[in-house]
Amino acid sequence: MTTSVMLPDNPTLDEYKKRLAELSERGVTEFARAANADELEAARIEFLGDQRGKLREFQIVLGKLPKEARPEAGRLFNAAKARLTDALELRRQEIAKLGDDSTTRPADLTMPARRSWRGAKHPVTLVIEEIEGIFRELGFTIAIGPEAETEWYNFGALNFPPNHPAMDLHDTLYLSGEGLLRTHTSPVQIRTLQRYAPPIRVLIPGRVYRRDFFDPSHAPAFEQIEGLCIDEGISFVDLKATLTRFANRFFGQRPTRFRPSFFPFTEPSAEMDVQCGVCGGQGCGVCKQTGWVEILGSGMVHPAVLEAAGVDSERYSGWAFGMGPGRIAISRYGIPDIRILYDSDVRFLEQISE
Amino acid sequence: MNVSYEWLRALVPFRETPAKLRDLITSRVATVDELVPLRQDLAPIVVARVVEAGRHPDSDHLWVTKVDAGTGELLDVVCGAPNVEAGKLYPFAPTGTTMPNGLKIERRRIRGQTSNGMLCSPRELGLGEDHEGILELSVDAAPGTPFLKVMPAGDTKLVIDVSPNRPDLLSHLGVAREIAAAVDSPVTLPRIDGADAAIPTASRVRAEGRTGGVDVRVQEEGLVRRYMAAVIRGIRVGPSPEWLVRRLEAVGSRSINNVVDATNYVLHELGQPTHAFDLQRLGGGAIVVRRARAGERIVTLDGIERTLADTMTVIADAQRPQAVAGIMGGRDSEVSESTTEILLEVASFDPARTRATRRSLGLSTDASYRFERGVDPLLAPAALERTVRLIVAVAGGRVDDAPVDVYAGDSLPMPLPLRVSRVRTILGDVVPADEVASLLRGVGFDARVESNDVVRVMTPSWRIDVQREIDLIEEVARLRGYDSFPDEIRPFRAGNVPDDPQWLLARRVRDALVGAGLLETRPMPFVRGADTGYVRVANPLAENEAFLRRDILDTLSRRAEYNLARMQGDLRLFEIGATFLPDESLPHEELHVGALIMGRRRPPHFTDPKSDEFDRAMTFDAWDAKALAELVCDQAYGPGAVSFVAGSSDELWELRVGERRVGIVRALSLDAPVWAKPAFGVELSLGIVDSTNVAPAGQHAYRGAEYAPVRVKPFRAIPSQPASTMDLALLVPQSVDAGTVERAIRDVAGDLLESILLFDEHSGGKIETGSRSLAWRLTFRHPERTLSAKEMEGRRTNVLRHLEKTLNVRPRST
Ligand SMILES: [Zn+2]
Repeated sequence: MTTSVMLPDNPTLDEYKKRLAELSERGVTEFARAANADELEAARIEFLGDQRGKLREFQIVLGKLPKEARPEAGRLFNAAKARLTDALELRRQEIAKLGDDSTTRPADLTMPARRSWRGAKHPVTLVIEEIEGIFRELGFTIAIGPEAETEWYNFGALNFPPNHPAMDLHDTLYLSGEGLLRTHTSPVQIRTLQRYAPPIRVLIPGRVYRRDFFDPSHAPAFEQIEGLCIDEGISFVDLKATLTRFANRFFGQRPTRFRPSFFPFTEPSAEMDVQCGVCGGQGCGVCKQTGWVEILGSGMVHPAVLEAAGVDSERYSGWAFGMGPGRIAISRYGIPDIRILYDSDVRFLEQISE
Repeated sequence: MNVSYEWLRALVPFRETPAKLRDLITSRVATVDELVPLRQDLAPIVVARVVEAGRHPDSDHLWVTKVDAGTGELLDVVCGAPNVEAGKLYPFAPTGTTMPNGLKIERRRIRGQTSNGMLCSPRELGLGEDHEGILELSVDAAPGTPFLKVMPAGDTKLVIDVSPNRPDLLSHLGVAREIAAAVDSPVTLPRIDGADAAIPTASRVRAEGRTGGVDVRVQEEGLVRRYMAAVIRGIRVGPSPEWLVRRLEAVGSRSINNVVDATNYVLHELGQPTHAFDLQRLGGGAIVVRRARAGERIVTLDGIERTLADTMTVIADAQRPQAVAGIMGGRDSEVSESTTEILLEVASFDPARTRATRRSLGLSTDASYRFERGVDPLLAPAALERTVRLIVAVAGGRVDDAPVDVYAGDSLPMPLPLRVSRVRTILGDVVPADEVASLLRGVGFDARVESNDVVRVMTPSWRIDVQREIDLIEEVARLRGYDSFPDEIRPFRAGNVPDDPQWLLARRVRDALVGAGLLETRPMPFVRGADTGYVRVANPLAENEAFLRRDILDTLSRRAEYNLARMQGDLRLFEIGATFLPDESLPHEELHVGALIMGRRRPPHFTDPKSDEFDRAMTFDAWDAKALAELVCDQAYGPGAVSFVAGSSDELWELRVGERRVGIVRALSLDAPVWAKPAFGVELSLGIVDSTNVAPAGQHAYRGAEYAPVRVKPFRAIPSQPASTMDLALLVPQSVDAGTVERAIRDVAGDLLESILLFDEHSGGKIETGSRSLAWRLTFRHPERTLSAKEMEGRRTNVLRHLEKTLNVRPRST
């Protein structure tokens, strides 16, 4: 029960109006709140009861008001009564429609919920966002760039010797006319270095293209994410520290190792492995008996790359890394065929939403 | 590249097991992808423990044993070896094993006793001639462990992933140099019996010379950096000795004959490809290095006739090509059983030309692989000497005349100064000058400490990858070991680059769509396309998907069809990705969001009425598409910034910002089965992707950070007064659309109008033709008081009068 609306014995018109408005507002609320016929009847008696109903009080007081105020007060009283009566009737109908109290408390609670469709991000997006989150803690922001690129941004500026076997790993899709589809996200390194003065700490996600036939383990378009860190005095120690920290966060506290590698745009270059999660380093089919699984390529940015982007390579140094979120998604979710990531079968995408 | 463990051991002494050697090479030099034991025939053999051994009741020399082979039960095995002893470990062949000699082990009875497998002697395993007894294993291994794991038997092949900048590693010599530095042992070429023939000193010429009666000429500079030739007469072509066959087998190369095998051996040992021509098949007593003539033909060793272009280099006799330089010899002058004299070629061909020829012929060989990456011209004399001696050792014969050496010489490399301070800057740790110099010297550099800060370095001729100081710093890092550097997080400065606004926008739109229950896709962006209006891929993977998409709905439609073909008809897919239009230079690239909906609005529920009408009401329609469009438009351009203009034909709405078209809402026509529900699509541009050059090569164009503006809607007070509502049921001529009526209502309803909701539409029945009935609920609210009935009435009158006057819209009589 609610507290009663206090109405003085001899109210002014303003007081009368104010209390009446409060009462009808409360009454409407109470009616709407009634969960079943019994509760609604109790509320009816409280507000509209013939003898003790709260509205009855206002009808009595009506006669005690100054004469000139009575017509308006009367109109208001009638309006309030009509409003309450309407609200009561509306709720009565609603409750009738419910039948009994089955909506508020269904008899069989094991029956299924009424669901909406659930949305979901693509697994590759989830991997990218997780990587992004870890690098944000270390002060990295996001840079992106075009997928259709010039030969210079994709190769020349990144220290690829022309006509060299190093190009064989970048089997390129060329566009009719000018340009090509970038084979890696590294052109965005150059664009970023040309646009912003160091210090630079960016993460570069994006789609890249290779002239690889679409089969269970290759796709001609896939996602890459790379990082670039350039400032005075940035060293191989910073590279190792940041990437080791990343790997520990992303893969759990598994041992990591760096081994020599080659990329035209970094020197020294290093590939990073994490201990095989399947065999725990003992050697198995997944890790080709080595006990290690490759996760990313990295290295100190080659001075020629800095010079191509107009950066003083004596004053500044730094590192970069790149990895494939698609490959990570595949191993993480145990997806047997890379094409599943592209097919867009709702039965796959809905699994992610569960 | 394949190397043999035993071959490496012949070049440099080391104790490491194959697995340890793999780790050593991987951590310092290049990644070893695979370790292949060459005795895979021993793979089924396991370590087993003899638990009991007793005399065979019916035999003097047989034993009946119980063997634990790790299977969880003891096996009865009969054994004839005198040395079998309970408690000891032996190699064991379980039933089903095929032994190296072809014998298949089966369960059988030997003089009344069952035998389930065989305990093996060294000879039975092909590990030697000893068959006096079974091989006792003094190792600590559990029964059931594969025998090959505990006993390195036979050779092991290492598959090394040599990076394209390190051609010096494409030989056993090159890998051995790196191992030698790691284990601190010298590299020496293994002695080969009989390989000590005296060879006269080669005569060096600039372009043309003569050896053994053959004219050797290089017709044009730039075709070959060095060309050496020697004539050997009196050879007998035949099979190679066993050791040579084994060596080649270990690296996956098939034995052909003693002469060819000798050249292959040197290729794998020193990294120098060589070629032997049958001298009697060369016409005109001449060998010429020249450009091919366009259209000239040659049948190569693989039996294929190839047509040459004038960009290619050939080795010709006086008349015609006898080899494609650096790639493959010709069948005409192939060394055969009847060959008795040969001309041996040891050359260093131009990398770029070899690469171009290899690509255009589609013919890659061990030789072309090395020439493309660069073969050290200074290697040629030693390689020639080694090959000649090996041929003479295995095929007999003698060198006729001094070999000829066409070589203009190379300029000596300049010494590189390496600053110790720079090593510290790049690597982040102090490596003293002495240590720097000694690490470099270990792998063949001539390094001299010149001062505390400077080490002066001469690069060995085989290290063509080392050209700048940074290349030497990499050497220091890997030779010292990447593990030796700390990995502590050091202080850093915050970066200058703000988050890319387009990335933030994409994320916002993605979150909104996922929140609305849509599924994100990331399909392939290639489409069927057309010759105009699309960007074409010049070298597409498939001709039926040779174009880049211009809109995402194209891709999503195909994905919807993919799902429909799998009986999936309730779809709500979206993608955020790049789209492309042809432009002057690079394509015009835009980031778009596309969304496709069809089928049910939500999963079915047991409370749902079972009626067609309800099913229809639960199916996605144009209004859902409009809501989706409003959602993405509000996220991307701000609430109300995009106007929805009626589109033409299958376009429902064109989305515009001002006069600019930024997107579309449309009904999609799919290749769909009959049961499929209608599909609707939304496509919206999230902005142009800038692909112009930021600055010319070698320059920058710094500018300040641009941050995406944060959109804020100011606070509006939560209403404290009750609202008053008014329903307007209107008779609207067909020519007047609802939006117009709504705008007219807003025009005169006054400031207190809080919201306006269209809640009913119908026509027919009592509604006169040419009109329809539309009903709106208007909600008014005064911030400080309740609106009186009179005030509401006044508003109703105003609105109705205005609608009638301007639009001929009247209230519907009830
Ligand atoms: Zn493993």
